[in-house]
Amino acid sequence: MIDKHIDSLSDAVADIFDGATVMIGGFGEAGSPIELIHALIDQGAKNLTVVNNNTGSGHVGLAALIENGRVGKMICSYPRTVGSKVFPELYRSGKIELELVPQGTLAERIRAGGAGIPAFYTATSVNTPLAEGKELRNFDGRDYVMEYGLRADFALIKSECADNHGNLTYNKTARNFAPIMAMAAKTTIVQTGSLCEVGSIDPEVIVTPGIFVNRVVEIPHPAQESKLIAEGRSYP
Amino acid sequence: MSVAKQQNIGWGREEMAKRTALDIPDGSYVNLGIGIPEMVAQYVPEGREVIYHTENGLLGMGPAPAEDEVDPELINAGKKAVTVNPGASFFHHADSFAMIRGQHIDVCVLGAMQVSEQGDLANWSTGEADAIPAVGGAMDLVAGVKTIYVITQHCTKSGEPKLVESCSYPLTGKAVVDRIYTDLAVIDVTADGFMVAELAPGISFDYVQQRTGCKLLPGPQLAEAANH
Repeated sequence: MIDKHIDSLSDAVADIFDGATVMIGGFGEAGSPIELIHALIDQGAKNLTVVNNNTGSGHVGLAALIENGRVGKMICSYPRTVGSKVFPELYRSGKIELELVPQGTLAERIRAGGAGIPAFYTATSVNTPLAEGKELRNFDGRDYVMEYGLRADFALIKSECADNHGNLTYNKTARNFAPIMAMAAKTTIVQTGSLCEVGSIDPEVIVTPGIFVNRVVEIPHPAQESKLIAEGRSYP
Repeated sequence: MSVAKQQNIGWGREEMAKRTALDIPDGSYVNLGIGIPEMVAQYVPEGREVIYHTENGLLGMGPAPAEDEVDPELINAGKKAVTVNPGASFFHHADSFAMIRGQHIDVCVLGAMQVSEQGDLANWSTGEADAIPAVGGAMDLVAGVKTIYVITQHCTKSGEPKLVESCSYPLTGKAVVDRIYTDLAVIDVTADGFMVAELAPGISFDYVQQRTGCKLLPGPQLAEAANH
């Protein structure tokens, strides 16, 4: 019998180990699995490599994970979001590593990783500093740069609705990186707004098939990052 | 060369957005960058249907919602609240960038720090040692979208030209810009260099040339306008 439901956040993230690569869904606060991130802070794993489009805002969620010294390296496209103070400070003092990746290349590297494709060529970043030192190849008269697929030990993502097989649907632009991160991680951990019976989600509307998901925790009323920031909250 | 900027002449921000909007064709799929480019959507002439793409996973983006209808999970690439138009769709990031990188988006409008006369664009980093580099989707957009429009002030705040012989800042893409809309003029990137297609009211060709870091060519449209 397949049942991916896990009762507690702490059980869901218990085996994330020091030095792990962790993909975290979200684009700014939309789709950020804030309860899972806070559970990871409580769990204590450190020296993580984190893949996310940004570096978090304020002192909660991803920014709090970074502020608590758990992240050795960020792989992201835009570490300079409004309200992002934690990362810039650590970066300037040399305490955190940054791999800057164009957003589409980041998405495609994750997709490729999840699809078993070790590398691919793209025109994005050719003739810019972000292509320096990378293999170039010409196809039909245009230069392309080689980029590697990206895989992770864990993915933490947020869904709107899930069933016990791990089939997922999302809410609007909170979907962003979640479906591809679910594919690219060895262990994908989901926080979902509602958990429903297997068979109750129309197969036509399932976005992430359960094969890409390992654990589902139900968080019916997730915190809203911008609200926590407005209230001046920090974590822990 | 730096020439003092005179206040209140040329086009304002809204007028730059308005002028750009005239060049958005009916039926096109369009991606608008953060800042003045976002304002273009308000000014597309009536009767044209344009579908807006935002790279965080929405095609058919509508205007900002009323304050009580803000949904933190319905945002644009600038992380501002938006709405959806009838016929909109949501998709994940790899699909969204396949639209960009697979040359499915017709027009992209973005800002610039510098544009060279070959159409090179620099808009993501000053290259300074203590700057936090952040690129977002800019390199994907200029590499993949069919037509690239730039909206920018003609000069920096300190009066330095932003239209130059070659960019001193790190590039976003090489030979990618098609047309530039500044507060002073509309300028095409051609095989022969920058060609002025249109001047803002009260602005002379020489005035624009003095504030540009390389040679400008007068476009055929200028002679035509002079004859009217």
